[in-house]
Amino acid sequence: MNCIVIDDENMARVIIRTLCDQIGSLNIIDEFSDGIQAIKFLNENNVDLIFLDIHMPNFSGFDFIKTLKDPPKIICTTSDPRFAIEAFEYDFIVDYLLKPIEFTRFEKAIKKAEKLNISKPIAKQSNEEIVKNDFYINIDRRLIKIDLQSIYLIQAKGDYINIKTEEKNYVVHSTLKKIEEKLPKSLFLKVHRSYVINLKKIIDIEDNSVLIEKDVVPVSRSKRPELMERLDLL
Amino acid sequence: MSKPNLSYIDQLSRGEESVKKTLIDVIKTEFPQEKKDYFESVKENNFEKIEENVHRLKHKFSILGLEKSYKLANDFEHNLREKSIKGQQEFEKVLIIITNYLETI
Repeated sequence: MNCIVIDDENMARVIIRTLCDQIGSLNIIDEFSDGIQAIKFLNENNVDLIFLDIHMPNFSGFDFIKTLKDPPKIICTTSDPRFAIEAFEYDFIVDYLLKPIEFTRFEKAIKKAEKLNISKPIAKQSNEEIVKNDFYINIDRRLIKIDLQSIYLIQAKGDYINIKTEEKNYVVHSTLKKIEEKLPKSLFLKVHRSYVINLKKIIDIEDNSVLIEKDVVPVSRSKRPELMERLDLL
Repeated sequence: MSKPNLSYIDQLSRGEESVKKTLIDVIKTEFPQEKKDYFESVKENNFEKIEENVHRLKHKFSILGLEKSYKLANDFEHNLREKSIKGQQEFEKVLIIITNYLETI
């Protein structure tokens, strides 16, 4: 699920990002310190799930909700239990998490969100996945077409990413987060905060690493269960 | 008064040292600034701002496992809404405890 986080506290956003990293199916595409920035983003982008803080100065979580024309699923995150009753008046509010959020409670909320099939962007994303075979990257003012199947590894390096294909490597000024949005989830998996791999290109797997072509790529402990789940084990 | 601890952060980071470090770094960076903002708001006697500052700081209390202090901060936040500073001294004691603790981690 593609998610965004709206919370005025940086610490809270970091915690939600940490929790999401531990659940393979979640992809945070952006985060915002206030609802107004998020509204602008949602006018141009589809998301499946929003983690929304209710208690924010000037523009509360409920103010934000009232502006949404076609709301995705929302999980409220707050330190104040007073708003829970109001929150559950909205069908698209899946759950209400009290800070500090524990992993098991977070996981439960995500399962609820996954079961509740009200989000249209999911269908749209699936269609996109079926038709997408390539994308273009911009290098020295040239747009170069890259066949998705040929990519075996993408590595983050500061402000750049290194896209490794069977024939050539491409260094592009971008982020893993941005390129992840363009990749079919059925084929690619982020196995570490700096690495996305093509699952079809794996040669072998050891405890905390995978061999892919000639590269040994680290696998985060939190990503290993999803990696194992995605493999066609005998 | 209970002592601050890293139980929640340990639980969140699930043994990944880099994640633990990131979370601790965020607390160590943000807490002094939030504390400073709080005392500035107190100086200005701006109840609305103090309430916001307390709201932010109390989240750090809970992250550092200070459940009782969190409740205390919650009450203080509520009192500020009613234009009362009841609970201020206890709240500020917790700020000192956290300040000292952050120097040890």
